[in-house]
Amino acid sequence: MSLRRILPFVLLALVLSASVAASWLAPAGYAKQYREAIDAPPSRAHWLGTDELGRDRFARVLYGTRISLLLAPAAALLSTLLAALIGGLAGYLGGTWARMAMAVTDLFLSLPWLFLLITARALMPLNVSPLVSVLVTFLLLGLLGWTAAARVLCSSAASVRTSDFVRQARASGVSGQRLFWVHVAPNLTPALYAQFWISIPVFILSEANLGILGLGVAEPMPSWGSLLKELENLVSFGAEPWKFVPLVLLVLVVTSFQLLLSKQEEGTA
Amino acid sequence: MHGLRWKIAGHALALLATVLVGGLLSATMVRLAPGFDADERELDPHLNAQSLQALREARHHDDNIISFYVDYMKRAAHGDLGNSLALGQPVRTLLRQRLPLTVQLLGIGLVLSWSLTSMLALSAAWLRLPTYDTMATAISGMLLCLPAAVLALLSVLWNAPGAIAIALIVFPHTYRYARNLLVKAYSRPHILAARAKGLREARILFWHVVPVVMPQMLALAGVSVSMAIGATIPVEALCGLPGIGQLAWQAALARDLPLLVNITILVTLVTLLANSSADVIGSMFRRQEA
Repeated sequence: MSLRRILPFVLLALVLSASVAASWLAPAGYAKQYREAIDAPPSRAHWLGTDELGRDRFARVLYGTRISLLLAPAAALLSTLLAALIGGLAGYLGGTWARMAMAVTDLFLSLPWLFLLITARALMPLNVSPLVSVLVTFLLLGLLGWTAAARVLCSSAASVRTSDFVRQARASGVSGQRLFWVHVAPNLTPALYAQFWISIPVFILSEANLGILGLGVAEPMPSWGSLLKELENLVSFGAEPWKFVPLVLLVLVVTSFQLLLSKQEEGTA
Repeated sequence: MHGLRWKIAGHALALLATVLVGGLLSATMVRLAPGFDADERELDPHLNAQSLQALREARHHDDNIISFYVDYMKRAAHGDLGNSLALGQPVRTLLRQRLPLTVQLLGIGLVLSWSLTSMLALSAAWLRLPTYDTMATAISGMLLCLPAAVLALLSVLWNAPGAIAIALIVFPHTYRYARNLLVKAYSRPHILAARAKGLREARILFWHVVPVVMPQMLALAGVSVSMAIGATIPVEALCGLPGIGQLAWQAALARDLPLLVNITILVTLVTLLANSSADVIGSMFRRQEA
């Protein structure tokens, strides 16, 4: 195993472990206010200082990382399943079904992602509880992010459908449903797996964009998006470098995912 | 020629379907938006019961979504896109006021992004220096890992124009594809043969490489328009630029659905038009090549 593969793996494992252990590393929680230390710089008590409401930034980064890192894969799982259902079935059935499904997919794909996302987000109520806002945000990502994966899965399913072994199974009298679940679906697993991993960094970045624009996770719940919103009040790049920690963490995590994915692509190629 | 006509007809049909479906969506949103049934005139104490009844009956026609949709489309065909709930102005006026800035921002951003993409991708494919290639790929990879809104915030922090932020958001996406296309084109046997025969690099580029990669590059150009439009939301919202992106963001925050859905339809049409044009021109190139 090369260093280029180990390093992102270790980094992701470390960040994920730290975020899972957030309640142990920062027992006071993400919402507790230290009114005597508003917008304080880093100190022994607050490793990354406090925000403008006096909340410990280190705790918020840990809890925010937990939310973003655990819910982005959940949204990716949902979008991959939807893609498998729509794209996989369309590819398997072929003909008019495939053309119709792909026409809808292309229409979705031609829409700018962020426009689609904020339009759909605006349809939901904005003044909801923080927990509901987390669920709504990631649910939307999962429900809208299936299109690119559906295209890939449709062509994968179509190529499996026309393969020799499926033709042979069909000639042997294997029925439609059994043919799909026993012969076609297992052969889509590598494509499904790849689409799942590709979606995670996309959803992490999308949540960050929504959060910065004020359309993501609601206060006081932290997420990378809401933590990055703090950068709006920054007056200079070097004045308060500790405020860039969430950004650095996000870039490191997304880069790690990209590195692992590029290695995986090289491997499959 | 026959195939090309079918392609153009297909794209025109897709555009028409988008307008019709988008219009239905828009009409439904407007019809179901909170406060649609309320009429402030009913609060006027000078009105008697008969006048109130007449007002209600006049509005009764809009209860049916289908008839409301037909009316809505008729009005839209005459340029009346309804009123913004949050800003209290006609949507058409708002779009007309904000469009020039967004078009300018998109234009400059796309030109900058494509200049950077062409320069770096061409030099990476042409020079074939591993260090240079790694550096260019690392820079684009780094930009790819930054949320678009963060790039917009950083442009505010560094007093950089919004168009640069748009260019930096679009660049990593276009660079990756353009670089791969050019590297693949330069490694084709006929290019290697042309090089071995001592043809000048400019001639190789314009006579042998550009015709090969042009259809895919045009498709990429079409997609880059969609990416740039998406980038206008964070850039205009966070840089304080009063364009369509900022309007969409304000509409989303205020849940101003009539405005938001109209903007989304407009954006969809523009992106579909860009993609369709790229596809048709690409087909013409392929036909010429064949």
